[in-house]
Amino acid sequence: MNRFLRLVARDLRLALRQGSDATIAVMFFVLCVVLFPFGVGPEPNILARIAAGVIWVAALLASLLSLERLFQTDYEDGSLELLSLSSLPLEAAVLAKTLAHWLVTGVPLIVAAPLLAVLLNMDAQGFGVLVLTLTLGTPILSLIGSIGAALTLGARRGGVLLSLLILPLYIPVLIFGAGAIDAAINSLTPRPHLLLLAGILAAALPLAPWAGAAALRQAVE
Amino acid sequence: MPVFSGSELTCLRGDRLVFTGLEFRIAPGGALVLLGPNGSGKSSLLRVMAGLLKPLRGTLGWDGVSIAEDPDGHRARVQYVGHLDAVKPVLTAAENLAFWAALAGAADPAANARTALDRLGVPHIAGVPGRYLSAGQKRRLNLARLLAAPATLWLLDEPTVALDRAAIALFEGLIAEHRAEGGMVVLSTHTDIATPGGEELHLDDFTPYADDEEGGGEDLEEEGAGP
Repeated sequence: MNRFLRLVARDLRLALRQGSDATIAVMFFVLCVVLFPFGVGPEPNILARIAAGVIWVAALLASLLSLERLFQTDYEDGSLELLSLSSLPLEAAVLAKTLAHWLVTGVPLIVAAPLLAVLLNMDAQGFGVLVLTLTLGTPILSLIGSIGAALTLGARRGGVLLSLLILPLYIPVLIFGAGAIDAAINSLTPRPHLLLLAGILAAALPLAPWAGAAALRQAVE
Repeated sequence: MPVFSGSELTCLRGDRLVFTGLEFRIAPGGALVLLGPNGSGKSSLLRVMAGLLKPLRGTLGWDGVSIAEDPDGHRARVQYVGHLDAVKPVLTAAENLAFWAALAGAADPAANARTALDRLGVPHIAGVPGRYLSAGQKRRLNLARLLAAPATLWLLDEPTVALDRAAIALFEGLIAEHRAEGGMVVLSTHTDIATPGGEELHLDDFTPYADDEEGGGEDLEEEGAGP
């Protein structure tokens, strides 16, 4: 456990000193959402109608943005070899790196989302559920993304390949995430959607690090 | 007393057989120097020994127990220094080192890192971020990992690249000390590293003949005359 936290702390420190990944993800998220009123016109009713979907799609794309770098630098400088030789199981190392990635890129999205909801004139009834779905959903995005990042390691133009691999797998998260918010706005219960999201998270939590570690073992060989 | 040994090792890289039928045996305090021309499989053998690469055939054993049966135990006793330095540009030398010490389970990783840098003669780089280190300093920092996170078996892939003469002499002293304490060292080198009483393993002895006509196999055979 101590080793796990050490790795999380090191990745957080690297992210904070480099400073770019976290700000880029959240800036992209904000800009992406801000573009929609320009594109579909400043009609409050239309914006309110599409707000949940727009915020969720922008969150998917923003979390995808920095995923390519998740294992890339460690792979290039040889740290990944040493990590796979350390007494910390590689599955735990993948989980630690994914957790650090989520803290750096996922959490700022959750914080920025309510502001963007105001911007898009979303019904106030949906705010709480919006934050809740993103809290459940963004860790899933990081977890599923870690599999893709591990698989595309060492590939040329890995970032593009990663998007093609991972975006289809994000679809269920998008459906239940946006669905929960729509349900709340229409005075229905968002509970089934939230339970399904929580279920996906519960499944991804053990499975994604396991698959990611298997892919990394191939990559360092 | 534990003995690290390999038998009938065959390694395949891509579709080329690198070596076949390779045997070695190291006792506590022993050193094995891997010799051979470029491409003869020194790095591959070290990666096989570390467990990074699975041999096509053959087994590695520690004290008679196959390493495939106890991979966690093997990882705990191996310290591998490869060609890549694993130095993070934004972390200081001491932070880089302390992380690896902590990952190996050191009780006080920061103190371990400081002592290790002292012993490699570079205490002044402790607070310097990785991106400002020279190639030689990065190498010393990487070798300091051997002291900051102690392990029985050192696997060193051309450890003296970029080192100056003084550092090589210092490093020879560290190897001798490690062996005196019962540690084992396997290293590949193109320069001379003094390993008194160490055995030599000439990898070109195990190059398969069948593959010689393709690639540069034949040239390799001629350059590296046998023992």
